[in-house]
Amino acid sequence: MIKMTIKTVFSHSFRIAKKDLTELFRNRLGLILLIVMPLFMMVMVGFIYPSNGTVTDLQIGLVNEDSGFQNSTLPSQGFLTGLYAINNQTHMLVITNVSSIANIKDMVQRGDLEGGIVVPANFSESMMTGQQGTLIIVTDESNPQISATINAALNGVFQGMGTVIARQNVAPLNATNSLAVVRPFNVQTQGVVSGSPSYFDFIAPGIMAMTVMMSVMTGLPVAISQEKEIGTMDGMMVAPVNRLSILLGKTMAQTGRGLIQGVIILALAIGIFGVAIQGSILLVFALLLLGVFSFVGLGIVITSFTKDQETAQMLMMTLMFPMMFLSGVFFPIQQMPWYMQDISKFLPLTYAADALRKVMVLGAGISQISTELIILIGFGVVMIAIALPVFRRMMTR
Amino acid sequence: MTISYESIIEVKNLTKNFGKFTAVDDISFDVKKGEIFGLLGPNGAGKSTTLRMLSTLSRPTKGTASIGGFDTVKNDMDVRKLIGIVSEKMIIYNRLTAKENLWFFGSLFNIPKETLTKRIDELLELVQLTKWKNAQVGTFSTGMRQRINVIRALLNMPQVLFLDEPTLGLDPQSSVEIRDFIKKLNQERGTTVIITTHMMVDADLLCDRIAIVDHGKIIALDTSTNLKKIISGADTMIIKLEIANLTPDMTAAIKALECVDAATQENSMQLHVIVHGEEAFDSIVDTVRKKNGKITSMANLQPSLEDVFLHITGHEVRDSADQKIPMEHGPKFGGSQRRIR
Repeated sequence: MIKMTIKTVFSHSFRIAKKDLTELFRNRLGLILLIVMPLFMMVMVGFIYPSNGTVTDLQIGLVNEDSGFQNSTLPSQGFLTGLYAINNQTHMLVITNVSSIANIKDMVQRGDLEGGIVVPANFSESMMTGQQGTLIIVTDESNPQISATINAALNGVFQGMGTVIARQNVAPLNATNSLAVVRPFNVQTQGVVSGSPSYFDFIAPGIMAMTVMMSVMTGLPVAISQEKEIGTMDGMMVAPVNRLSILLGKTMAQTGRGLIQGVIILALAIGIFGVAIQGSILLVFALLLLGVFSFVGLGIVITSFTKDQETAQMLMMTLMFPMMFLSGVFFPIQQMPWYMQDISKFLPLTYAADALRKVMVLGAGISQISTELIILIGFGVVMIAIALPVFRRMMTR
Repeated sequence: MTISYESIIEVKNLTKNFGKFTAVDDISFDVKKGEIFGLLGPNGAGKSTTLRMLSTLSRPTKGTASIGGFDTVKNDMDVRKLIGIVSEKMIIYNRLTAKENLWFFGSLFNIPKETLTKRIDELLELVQLTKWKNAQVGTFSTGMRQRINVIRALLNMPQVLFLDEPTLGLDPQSSVEIRDFIKKLNQERGTTVIITTHMMVDADLLCDRIAIVDHGKIIALDTSTNLKKIISGADTMIIKLEIANLTPDMTAAIKALECVDAATQENSMQLHVIVHGEEAFDSIVDTVRKKNGKITSMANLQPSLEDVFLHITGHEVRDSADQKIPMEHGPKFGGSQRRIR
């Protein structure tokens, strides 16, 4: 008897899921959007944040105020020759000659320049009298991102040029290894995995986790409230169908939809953005399903509390937005202030994205992501335990 | 099909509150097996809510209802096997074909595959939509969609069919088709039909018994013929009055007459007036003359259900703003008819 009931519940839910997916596949525009949405997300987020420090064509103003020493401006000429030589190779800067610092300021305000380099009046004098030559980097504080980039880039260039001069100066002392004298440390950076992961490698797992989980969380309330609104829900409710079957069927359909989107993102990430998957692809899908499981309860609760589609959609947007940014999908959680980090610890998406990233980028196995797995399962179980009674109540209002 | 004495639906003190608003107010009635039972009333009278409670879609606040002996709350699964619903909102998926729709809903009733296939083919044939069975329902006309919607409710061969405003939004032709189909179903299969409508024609032509519902209460329940006797049995008459130069002033004056129970304007020249008393004709003619009105025709009509409704409630089914409060000179019930609560 109980076995029969379970069989009926599943067979009904399969039929409902099949019906939902048939409807989905017949909706051409919807299908196109299903593919276009993740593509947009990848392209936009991926290209807005450059993968590494290679910046080019920064608009820089150059002010040379050097008045020379004993009729010689050799040091500043040498500096400028070196700067242009390096820039010809890297194309990092677009250098414009400007008459004064005030002019740089003016041009930054007008948006013509992004920063400036100033060679002060006493540059040659200091250098030729055995003192440090001062170089000034002018930055645009209204754009911290760019100003930090310019600062770092120019510092690197200036340090490199300084090293060359220093090596020449110390050459007589230690002809064999002047670099070791000037720079005793040789600093190297090495990743955990081979190759050089780009920002896409960072965001692709996050976007996958987000899309799949969101499609359940948003898709479920919308799908159910839509059927309530057009009246077809009554057709199912008035048949001898367990309410659980309706919920299960809808969830299966939405999970299917989410997984299709997940696969599209994965294909785009690998095919277009050159993301490599280090870990097991099966584990990737298992994680996506687990992510869905952890979100179903939340989706059901929202379904139960929203009467129409519009409210459902609005509520979803409200929840989705902070979740997107707090779960470390686009930005590392470590960058956030402590209280934000604390909030992110309560969001299942954080763990799903994290685990997925570990598997996809770092090639982690199940044992390395066990904490995340336990949290996701725990969250899912608790939410479903809360959601089912709430849902039952809603259905027989 | 003859109506048996056995009740298939029993409703006792059924009440539904939505917050402070009472949509259905303590109603009780029985429906006999094989009967076509109508709930007639304006929008918002509580007809649909009553139907939703009977079809297990809504939980009563108070009172009970049973179908085929099963309680609609305690034995909801058993009730669902016995019923079918056709509601004002069509229960069909536009992106599925006619056949897919029927398959989906049929499969929810655990009907064996062969039986279901056969039944779907028969039902499609019955409403002459066989050749459209593989077309998506979204491409159908409203009339066609309603026919699919109706046979969808018949997949489980229900003993009781609930119809909530089945002809709403249909053209007259389709309305007639649906009406004939319901009649046929009732006669050939003995299906008990509960129909809610605000269309007097539907109620008059279809129903064995009609419950007139207003503000959540049943205010009259009887056969169409008996309901009409409320009017014709008394000294009440229906007058159709045509005045060539009808003015609002004239209408107001007629409405103000003591002998006039209700008056509605049909078009720019016609008035539909319910009157009582022997002097009614004279008073109306005098009033119109006094206002220099030119009467072109005056006829004594057979009462319609609309008149009955108007007479009992004092307002039109269409919820016209043009209301006359009946209590001005007391309710006019003729003969033995009394309000049934």
